[in-house]
Amino acid sequence: MTDTVKDSPLVIAGKTYSSRLLVGSGKYKDNEETRLATEASGAEIITVAVRRSNIGQKPDEPNLLDAVPPEKYTILPNTAGCYTADDAVRTCRLARELLDGHNLVKLEVLADEKTLYPDVIQTLKAAELLVKEDFEVMVYTTDDLTIAKELEAIGCVAVMPLAAPIGSGLGVQNPYGIKFIIEELKVPVLIDAGVGTASDAAFAMELGCDGVLMNSAIAAAQNPVLMASAMKKAIEAGREAYLAGRMPRKRYASASSPIDGTFF
Amino acid sequence: MEIIVNGEQREVSEGLSAAQLVEDMAITGKRIAMEVNLEIVPRSTYSEYIFKSGDKVEIVHAVGGG
Repeated sequence: MTDTVKDSPLVIAGKTYSSRLLVGSGKYKDNEETRLATEASGAEIITVAVRRSNIGQKPDEPNLLDAVPPEKYTILPNTAGCYTADDAVRTCRLARELLDGHNLVKLEVLADEKTLYPDVIQTLKAAELLVKEDFEVMVYTTDDLTIAKELEAIGCVAVMPLAAPIGSGLGVQNPYGIKFIIEELKVPVLIDAGVGTASDAAFAMELGCDGVLMNSAIAAAQNPVLMASAMKKAIEAGREAYLAGRMPRKRYASASSPIDGTFF
Repeated sequence: MEIIVNGEQREVSEGLSAAQLVEDMAITGKRIAMEVNLEIVPRSTYSEYIFKSGDKVEIVHAVGGG
């Protein structure tokens, strides 16, 4: 970024991040591809899921946290797959133990298997319980302003409305709704889920959101490492375009070359 | 006695500790977390934690996710 434009950094729960791209670690071919794509993305925050260990069957199975070590990245455990507030809270407690007391979590409580839409009622309930237990909650939610404000009031450290259903790659479906949330909330607002390609990410950033969290758009690309690099640029480009302020839209043309001095 | 580990019944000796279970499973020192009957068992207490018959144990780790 040029020095004439001063951007304030992304701050989540008191920690400053230079990248506004957050990435997931799911759907990769192997841990090596996860490592390479994560590096290429420039992301500093990476989400992980918490699942039963395959005990005894593969004791030498490579550990994800060796590929994306907590010493290098801010690990953001999620509550993916939870359909009740209780399951989400239980998952967060295990995650905190797993990560030696690290209390930043991504809360998602799902309503429906087909859409993976957030269950906002259970999400609100879980957020309250987690904040009481001193978790720092980044919360996946719908593009509804009322719910977003309520999640902020409960004490969530970031509110993350979806662009489109998880893994759909459809891009931002409700830009005006997302903009309401960006304008009304004081905590960072990040787009979480639904981005499909670089232009979707740039578009999300142009709306003025503080960052974008994505997984499938990178991991499910034909070349995930290259897409990770593209996303890094798209996030930066979108942010700069937002800060620069776009030209007004006009219905008719407005010549770029002067009319004066024409010789024909 | 029997305990349930990650949904599977497991015959173990009386007085088995969390540390011994982890060792039997060859996952000592791995990045894991343990819960027994919905309560977290901190890693620092594995050697003192003794299972009771019927305990429901969950042992988890981090996997790829979005």
